[in-house]
Amino acid sequence: MRIARLGRRRVLGSLTAFCLALAMPLGAARAAPAPSKVTPELIDAAKKEGKVVWYTAVDLPVAERIGKAFEAKYPGIDLRVERSGGERIFQRVGQEYASNIHAVDVLHSSDAAHFIVWKREGILAPYVPEDVALHYPADQKDPDGLFASWRVWLSVIGYNTRIVKPEEAPKSFADLLDPKWSGKIVKAHPGYSGTIMTATFQISRDLGWEFFEKLARQKVMQVQSSADPPKKLALGERAVMADGNEYNLIQLKEKGEPVEIVYPSEGTPLIIGPSGVLKDAPHPNAARLLQSFLFSVEAQQLMVDFGGLRSFHERVKDPPGRKPLREVKLMKDDPAAVERQADELKARYSKYFKV
Amino acid sequence: MGSRSLTSRVRPDLSSAVLVLFAAVLCVLVALPVGWLVVFAFSDRSGGLTLANFRLLFTDPAFLEPLLTTLILAVSASAICCLLAAPMGWLVARTDMPLRRTVRFLVMASFVTPPFLGAIAWELLAAPNSGLLNQLHRASTGADSVLFDVYTLAGLVFVVSCYTFPYVFVLVANALDRIPPDLEDASAMLGGSALWTARRVTIPLALPALAAGALVAFLQAMTLFGAPGILALPAGFHTMTTKIWSLFQYPPKPELAAAASLPLLVVTVVLLRVQSAVLGRRGYEVVGAKSGQARPVKLGPLRWPALALCLAILSLPIFLPYAALVNAAFSRIPSQPLTPERFTLDHVRFVFLELSATRLALKNTLVLGLLAATAGTVLALVISYVTARAAIRGHRVLAFLATAPIAIPAIALGVGLFLAYTRGPVVLYGTLWILLLAYVTIEMPAAYQQLQASFRALSPEMEEASRILGASRLRTLRDVTAPLLGPSLIATWCFVFVAVVRELSAAAILFTSETKVLSVLIFDLNESGDLAAIAVLGLTMLILTSAVIAAANLLPGLRGGQVRVRNA
Repeated sequence: MRIARLGRRRVLGSLTAFCLALAMPLGAARAAPAPSKVTPELIDAAKKEGKVVWYTAVDLPVAERIGKAFEAKYPGIDLRVERSGGERIFQRVGQEYASNIHAVDVLHSSDAAHFIVWKREGILAPYVPEDVALHYPADQKDPDGLFASWRVWLSVIGYNTRIVKPEEAPKSFADLLDPKWSGKIVKAHPGYSGTIMTATFQISRDLGWEFFEKLARQKVMQVQSSADPPKKLALGERAVMADGNEYNLIQLKEKGEPVEIVYPSEGTPLIIGPSGVLKDAPHPNAARLLQSFLFSVEAQQLMVDFGGLRSFHERVKDPPGRKPLREVKLMKDDPAAVERQADELKARYSKYFKV
Repeated sequence: MGSRSLTSRVRPDLSSAVLVLFAAVLCVLVALPVGWLVVFAFSDRSGGLTLANFRLLFTDPAFLEPLLTTLILAVSASAICCLLAAPMGWLVARTDMPLRRTVRFLVMASFVTPPFLGAIAWELLAAPNSGLLNQLHRASTGADSVLFDVYTLAGLVFVVSCYTFPYVFVLVANALDRIPPDLEDASAMLGGSALWTARRVTIPLALPALAAGALVAFLQAMTLFGAPGILALPAGFHTMTTKIWSLFQYPPKPELAAAASLPLLVVTVVLLRVQSAVLGRRGYEVVGAKSGQARPVKLGPLRWPALALCLAILSLPIFLPYAALVNAAFSRIPSQPLTPERFTLDHVRFVFLELSATRLALKNTLVLGLLAATAGTVLALVISYVTARAAIRGHRVLAFLATAPIAIPAIALGVGLFLAYTRGPVVLYGTLWILLLAYVTIEMPAAYQQLQASFRALSPEMEEASRILGASRLRTLRDVTAPLLGPSLIATWCFVFVAVVRELSAAAILFTSETKVLSVLIFDLNESGDLAAIAVLGLTMLILTSAVIAAANLLPGLRGGQVRVRNA
């Protein structure tokens, strides 16, 4: 049992290794299911179910906007968004499934490691939307067709331009340890947010835990969601954010709020959020319809334009003025390592930051 | 229905069976969750007996610090509540201060405000940089300082006090209402000065109520979850309640959560015992209170300053927070003061047209409020009837069971119910039933005490007449007693309804996505920083509960404020 688990962990070493996994015995044993089109039958069956429940970690206004687009396209199906932080969603699904409560149809977490666990627990259903098969890079989909990368974004540093002049703004994680930022930093929590969990792993791996130990002495304001630090910047509540969503800052910036993004010189944590359909989905057809919709050009373009997110869909265009991903120095993502160290990461974080 | 013939005389009286059933229901409500709480507290992961949870609890700084913080919070909040509520209660009950009724009403309005909503409103007012009051302070003085930082232990104590002082106020004001003026007159006639009279007569008579108020405030502050969850975590510290809640985050540690809940329960039981021991010995109960019109103390030129003081105090839990919520609901950015250019209906539109959780949460809250209020009132009615009329043997056990939940902090009850109903034989987790159980249990003591008091004021002759004419006890209860108790029943019903709507501590442990209630939705939104949506939802919640209270106050013969209350 242990050996088998370890073996699979290694194979699934990271999302970027999924294509390699195809060539290995495990991947060869189980081929992904054939791509599924959105057929009139599927739409009819989904409409009969009349409802779909989406547990999602994407910021609430983005989630609801995509939800409304889905409802407009498929009238008669009520989409209910259950939004929370990735880690909360993981806890919620675990707690509900342990009590045999199957409320969720489609799952999206901001912590890719969760999909390793959910796959291992066998709660996901194989389903490959046509768009995923045709337009997504091979390294962004599960070889068994259980999930694919729904969105990609960054956890960045940011500042309020009314409080901080550009030349005085932090350029790197190391800059955040300057005593002048004491009491002026806001950051989110890895026990709530999958984004911050992933970022905390990457930063602690690349810069060492001493960074967080020192950051904890900067009297940071500790919020929960990675969507909150950008909002606290816009309020003017804190001058600088140590981590949080690039996409919220993009939204705020494009609305004319006084916030600016910093891509730290040590590298920027890269976050990939997959999406999957549940095997025990209470609305199986509506679930598949939603999963197909989520990966469509339409939804992906909406997510990018309105939400400030990035897409793996090859036909989705970034609006002008957005910084292309290839121009950003990225930290490497490694969901398998996050999965192995999750509990330790949280415990260590709580030790330094007290909450 | 009432005109059914008296043939029911020949039917056996089912009363005893029904009454035993109610006793059993109470047992399940109280004993099951507390039982599981104790079992889990002494269990390790695999279910073996252990003291390790308590060893960790009392040695690990991660638990000792929250324990100490909670103690500081509860003691200071209790002291502040007494300092504010006692003079206010006296002004309202014993002086000729203008607008006394309005002040009483406003205090009740602050009771309707859930502490977690108050905490969020105070974030909007007193976050160190973006808080409206701090902005105003900087703009008016030109200083670069912070007037008041709500993300501190002091800030938490302040906010908790704001929403706990109504409890003390109600107890003190009601006690002062009941003090017959003859006693004070006697003191004056015997040559006692006003001060002497106050010191030797009024204050000693009001002291037990103040002590009871201090205790209630202490227990409230100790067991509150929402406000610390909102203000303590950003400041980087835990209280016991937030710690218990955090033990449910992944990876969940229910054994530790159970162990951490027990000290709260033990402290509550001990303090309640101490209270009844102390007050039991002091025989200050004034019998036959109808001894003449109270003659208010003439404040003279101090009448208006006294009113100003009351209103200034009330601005802290009501006027300022409500203003901040309205501002956030309609201003483009919540931290910017509302101007015509910044006015927007986007947030209202978002909450009611886009936010897909709104409808479900509103529906769940309403359904639970109506069910819990009805079930709780019926249960409390039968039990208080039995105990007031000593209808069956062993009625004291019922009385004990009905008041026992007052000793169980809501969050501990939430943990206990979670442990009791997430595994077989009865799985209620994921249904509205588990929340209904929690709410009925939490509100039972208040509902029971309220109706018990009404029963005592009701002479049994009418019921006896009904029994002599052949009606069963239950029929008598339905056709005779209940109509006579009408106003108290409705007041109790409203009280439970309001308390359910503002409950968060137990709901935060027990909800699932399908059973989310308004309070949990608001707490969720706070975690992602969606302050404008919170403001809209919070105001909706206040309108909902105020409407119910207003409806209750329109009913004739109601006296507000006769209630023992539990927190959200």
